[in-house]
This record gives sequence, structure tokens and C-alpha cells, in this order.
Amino acid sequence: MKANRNTAVADAFKGIKERAESRWQELWSNKPVIMVGTATCGRAAGALDVLEAFKEEVKKRKLDCPVIEVGCMGHCYAEPMVIISKPGYPPICYGYVNPVIAERLVKEFVLGDNPCPEFVIAALEANDLLPSFNDFPRAQYEQKIILKNCGHIDPTDIDHSIASGGYSALAKALQTTPEDVIDEVKQSGLKGRGGAGFPTGQKWHVCRHERGRPKYIICNADEGDPGAFMDRSILESDPHSVIEGMIIAGYAIGTRYGYIYVRAEYPLAVERVKIALNQAKKLKLLGNHILGSDVSFDIRLFQGSGAFVCGEETALIASLEGNPGMPHHRPPYPATRGLDGKPTVINNVKTLACVRHIINNGAEWFAGIGTANSTGTAVFALAGKIVNTGLVEVPMGTTLRQIIFDVGSGIPGGKRFKAVQIGGPSGGCLPESALDLPVEFDSLKDAGAMMGSGGMVVIDEDDCMVEMARYFLEFTQRESCGKCTFCRLGTKQMLEILSDFTQGQGKIEDIDSLNRLAGEIKNGSLCNLGKTAPNPVLTTLRYFRDEYEEHILMGRCPALMCMHLIAYYILPDKCERSCDACVGTCTVEAISPNKKRIKVIDQEKCVKCGTCVDACPPQYNAVVRLSPPSEVPDK
Amino acid sequence: MTLKDSDKTAEENEHIRKETRHVLKGFSRKRRNLIPILQKVQGRLGYLPREAMTGIAEHLDISTIDIYGVVTFYNQFRLNPPGRHSIRVCLGTACHMKGGYITLDAWKRRLEINAGETTADREFDLDTVACVGCCTMAPVTVVDDKPEGKVEPTRVDGILLAFEQEREAREKEQIESE
Repeated sequence: MKANRNTAVADAFKGIKERAESRWQELWSNKPVIMVGTATCGRAAGALDVLEAFKEEVKKRKLDCPVIEVGCMGHCYAEPMVIISKPGYPPICYGYVNPVIAERLVKEFVLGDNPCPEFVIAALEANDLLPSFNDFPRAQYEQKIILKNCGHIDPTDIDHSIASGGYSALAKALQTTPEDVIDEVKQSGLKGRGGAGFPTGQKWHVCRHERGRPKYIICNADEGDPGAFMDRSILESDPHSVIEGMIIAGYAIGTRYGYIYVRAEYPLAVERVKIALNQAKKLKLLGNHILGSDVSFDIRLFQGSGAFVCGEETALIASLEGNPGMPHHRPPYPATRGLDGKPTVINNVKTLACVRHIINNGAEWFAGIGTANSTGTAVFALAGKIVNTGLVEVPMGTTLRQIIFDVGSGIPGGKRFKAVQIGGPSGGCLPESALDLPVEFDSLKDAGAMMGSGGMVVIDEDDCMVEMARYFLEFTQRESCGKCTFCRLGTKQMLEILSDFTQGQGKIEDIDSLNRLAGEIKNGSLCNLGKTAPNPVLTTLRYFRDEYEEHILMGRCPALMCMHLIAYYILPDKCERSCDACVGTCTVEAISPNKKRIKVIDQEKCVKCGTCVDACPPQYNAVVRLSPPSEVPDK
Repeated sequence: MTLKDSDKTAEENEHIRKETRHVLKGFSRKRRNLIPILQKVQGRLGYLPREAMTGIAEHLDISTIDIYGVVTFYNQFRLNPPGRHSIRVCLGTACHMKGGYITLDAWKRRLEINAGETTADREFDLDTVACVGCCTMAPVTVVDDKPEGKVEPTRVDGILLAFEQEREAREKEQIESE
């Protein structure tokens, strides 16, 4: 890129950067620092109590040791996580921390010399003392670019972001022309990370050359896919990366109006973005005359109100305009006619977070990561039956097997892998045979799934594929906006058929009806919610037809999951007479001992919650699920 | 269980109108403000009663039925008053696989209401949420805006027990202060 058109910008930014860096260095100078991960996933595991405990302990002992809140490092399985950095030691990451451990860490490590290796997950840097994250097998696959700062900086302090490289791309972009910025993004091959994979530079280019005024840029943070939480994590952990991307996008297309559309279900993300916007304004990185240049840009925050369909761009616009979020036909695409009928660019959170790195490191660098058609990295949220739940960032082209087994460490409890669900309700379930597919936009489509926004839910032998398909259909059916008849009524029909299957009431010819309905819904729907709604059903039918048949023909759920098709039973020869663990925990008092003190489940009362299975001590393992329920012996 | 307007006292209605007016002061008359206005009014009242919707309709100069259409389209808005404690059960994919539906059943059984309803004593309201993004903590229930991880039927009983004790303490305090 050409540079130095505007040296005033460089000077203005230099002052801001120097100040941020000196504050950053002061934080790390010769004193211990405690960083507690308080993103939503951490909070659900009790991070706020841990934070409080650390603060209390530090205060009680009158230590000079800042306790700061950071975002999510992506190792969600070990939440609450804490990093303690102490001079003379590498920064050390602790997992599964609770207030008692917090107290001990302050007493023994911050105050003493014992780094308490029993609580350590890993050190952040290579050292002689403890294993580091780089020694983990997953390190050889992971390449953190947009997640790099997540969990290592305080998202509510803009100086942390600036000292870690934030806003330097903005300063650099402002010294070139908007065309240069667009060219750079085009050459990088960046494709939209929201799922569809449209080339970002192309979108910006179209919008820049539209005549309508004003133009808008919208950041789509309406991450509605159940099972996906990448955008939430980025907004909570490094909001400035998204804001910076938006300002650069605004400069490139020539507008000063930006919106961030966040889901209402993400209150913490909303709070942290608000703080970030205010701080950016104070430093003149946002608002009028950014860094003293003639470029101005404002960002407003808009909270969605809980409608999955609003992740679709035309529905999102309808929602912003104060209407029910119903999509309309494209073209015209929003880049030509969007918000208020004006040219509008809508980019996903992760797409915008990539922009900073492309400007800083150049298009060539970005294009060198990943594959020829899908450049850069992919961020996935690993959830479900997998050991290392959390966020991963890998170069495009990494195979599913590497992500699930090497990065995610496989299935817990020695269970067998059955399928992986990618792309949320629009995606599909891929079986073992598809695991060697590289993750990129095209290959997944061929297999019947799609890249989606990045939710990856792993399914093991205990999960029923028919039930999974029913679950997703129930979701899309509920969230269908109702505009297109096929989507509104067709999904309902499909759901009813699937519900019958899971209750053992289906007929084998219903499978053909499902296939037919799926095709009709795909053809008869305007937006991608309808067009992709049948995907979970089609992929499960394609790869797991035998499970469907077993449900229909034998009234049996092979995974022992469908509630109507199973019964809980206590094996008399395994039940221990002196043990009453299940009796006490049964939530509906359905278990009682018989004359021989063997526990018996009253099938009439049982609500099939499975609490007794967990309660039965592992040395007895007497509670089993039987399918079909008629398998339970009478006496 | 939607309260009819005739069930409300004049005082309650006046309160609703006052709160609505207060929110409307901060907004211009553009249609685009509708959703932020609804969010703010619900933030103050806990729900969107008819009185509030009529007030907003007048302010924005659109018909009340349009507002009703928006309110019923989005999952976030509610038409009946919330309970003292809000219970929202996550039904995301990961939660579903780890038994979110079983947890929902447990809440329903214990509170004796369905999703979307409030208990008769207005102590709890129960609802579902598509996904709160804490998939690694599945199954999740959001209790009073705090996401709680690994909420299984026994945990449901535990959470309710804690509320019960809190309630007893509150009532005891009330009696003592009287």
C-alpha cells in the first residue's frame, strides 16, 4: 500500500500510542498482575466470585497487585480461568479456579514462591518450569489472528488494545486512499465470515460506487445460531478490533454512519461495546475528524430483540427500521438498496475483526494463510460431546478430524464419535466418513452442510440423529417469520412427521414425504432460513437412514435418547441393598425399595429425567435405559 | 395468563402512562425508534401493557396494531407482568444434547407453570431462550440475568431452595419490622 498522504494522522496516532504503551508497560513493571477471564462463559462458571475473592485477598494483604478483568481465552472447558503474571516467572494460566483456590494462589504464589502447579493449565510462554500452551498438541494446528488478544487484554480499557496493536491499521488506512483499502481487502481474498462467504472487498467496492446517499455500514452481531458463540466472545474480549474494522470499512465505502446490531441475549457484549465506543470517541478515534483528518465516523449500537431470522441481512434491516424482521427478495442487494433504501454494507463481526490484520500485515500475508479459495483463518465454537469445548481458530483447509480430535481432544468418556453438526440450523450433520474434509466454503457445501457462522457441535453415540433433526426443525419452524408459505407450513409438516418418529408413531413412507417437503421448502422460500431449514433433516437421512428406520419399524431409539421410546430400569442383580442413592435423588419420588431392598422404578411416576443414572454409584451401575419401553420386565 | 385492562386499577394505569411518557421523552418521533422505545419501556415496567403500547403509538403516529405486530414478532417482548425472579432455560443445540429439555421439564414440574407464564404468586416467571452462547456450560439456565451452568433437575431443586430461604428471610424481616 502507498503511504504517507497524511502525516498529521501519523503524528496524532503516535501520541495516543505512546501514552497507551507507557501505561501498558507500567502495568507490567515489577509487580504481579492477576487477570480473571470474565466473559459470559466464565461468569456462568463463577468467574465473578473468583474475581471478588482475588480483590478481597489482595486488599486484605495490602498488596500492590492489580486485579483486572479480561475476556475469554477460548479454553472454555477450564473456566473460570485466571492468568497470573509475576516478575521472574512466565505468565501462568490457571483453570477451574474457585474462591478457595484464588485465596491460595494469592497467599502462595503472589506473596510466596509456589506457583501451585496443581492448578496450572499451562504457562503462556515457553520456560523451564512448566509446560506452555505451545507444548499442547493443538498448538500445531491453531493459528490465532482475530482471537489473539482475546483473554489477554482488558476489553474495557482502550489503551490495552492500542498497546497490543489496535488502531494502528486505522492510522495506516487513513494515510492511503479508500480505493487502496478496498484493493487490499480484495487481494487478501477475505470472504464474509457470517456463513455465505461473499467476497468482502467486492461488497465494499459495489457500495462505494453506488450513488445513493447517505450510505451505511452495519456490523451483524445477531449471532442467532444455537451452539455458536464466537461473535459474543470477540465482542466481549476485544471489542476494539471490530470497531476499528468498521471505521476502516466506513472510510473505504465513504460513509460516516455505522450500526452494530447485537442480540439482546448478549447483555455483557452490549455493555462492553458501549464502553469501547465511548473510549474510542474520547481519543478521537471515532466521531468527527478522526485523528485530526477530514474523515468522520459514528457508530450506534442497536439491540436486536430475539429473532433468529434477523441474522439474515434484509430482515436485519427491516428490524433496524422498526418493523417485524421479515426478509425481502434479493436483488436488490443491500449494497445497492439497504437501510432506508440506501447503499448499505453488512459485515459479520469476524469479517470486520480480520480487516485490521489485513491492513497491518498486507493482503499477501493474509492470502498466504488457508487455501486458495478460502483465505485466512476460520473460527469455530466447539461444543457438545467434546473434551476441549471452547473457541478455536485454525487456518482454512484444516480438516474436521484435526479440529475435533487434535484441537478438541476428541470425545469425553471414551464414547464413540457419531457426527458433527456444523452451521447451526442451516447446516448439516456430517458422519465419520466426512471427517477428512478440509474446512472451507466449498467443500462443506458439497457434503450437504455449510460453513455457517462457525458453530460446531459434536455428537456421540448417546445422541439420537432423528431427535437432532427434530430439534433443528423445531427451531427453524418456531423462528420462521411466516412470510413464505412453504417455510411457514412446510417446516411445520416436517416437524410433525419427525415428532411422530421420535414417539414411535411414524410410517416408513413418511420418509419420502420428508424428502419431498424438503425440496419444496428449499424452492419456495425467499431467504436462507427457509432455503436451508431442511438441511439437518436431509443430511441425517443421507448418512443415518438406519436410525430413522429403527425408530419407525421397531419403535426403538438406538441411542436411547428419545424420551417416548425409552424406559429406565434398575437391574436387580446389580442393585446394592444397602444403597439408597437413587431413592433420595429421584425428583419425583418414583423409586422405592421392594421387600428385598432392591430398588424399583415406578414407571407410571417416572419422568425420565435420568437423575438416577448419575446418582447410582459407578461401582454398581445398576440403572439402565431400555428401548423400546416394553423391554422392562413385568416383575 | 394475560391481565385484562379491567383488572388494573386506575393507579396502575397512571403508573404505566407515566413511565411510558418518561421513556418517550428521550426519543424523536421516527419509526426507527420503535424497538429501542419498546426495549426501554419493558426495561422499566417488566412487560408491555396495552396502555404503554397506545402511548407509544400516539408518540410515533402509527397504529397500535402495528406496535402489537412488532411486539409479538420478537421473542424478547412480553405481554404479561414478570415474576420477581426470571427463569430462562436455554434450548441451544449444546444444551439440548445435554438435556436442556429435561431441565425445562423439571422447572415446569416444580413451578407448575408452562414456559411463557408467571406463577400465581408472581414469584417466578419461566421462559425459554434460543441460546445464550455459554454452550460449554450446558445445560444452562439464566436465573435473574445470571447464566448458571450445568443446571440439571437436582440443581433446579437447589436453586429453588435458595430462593425459598431468601423468601422466608424476607418475610421474617417484614414481620419484625411491623
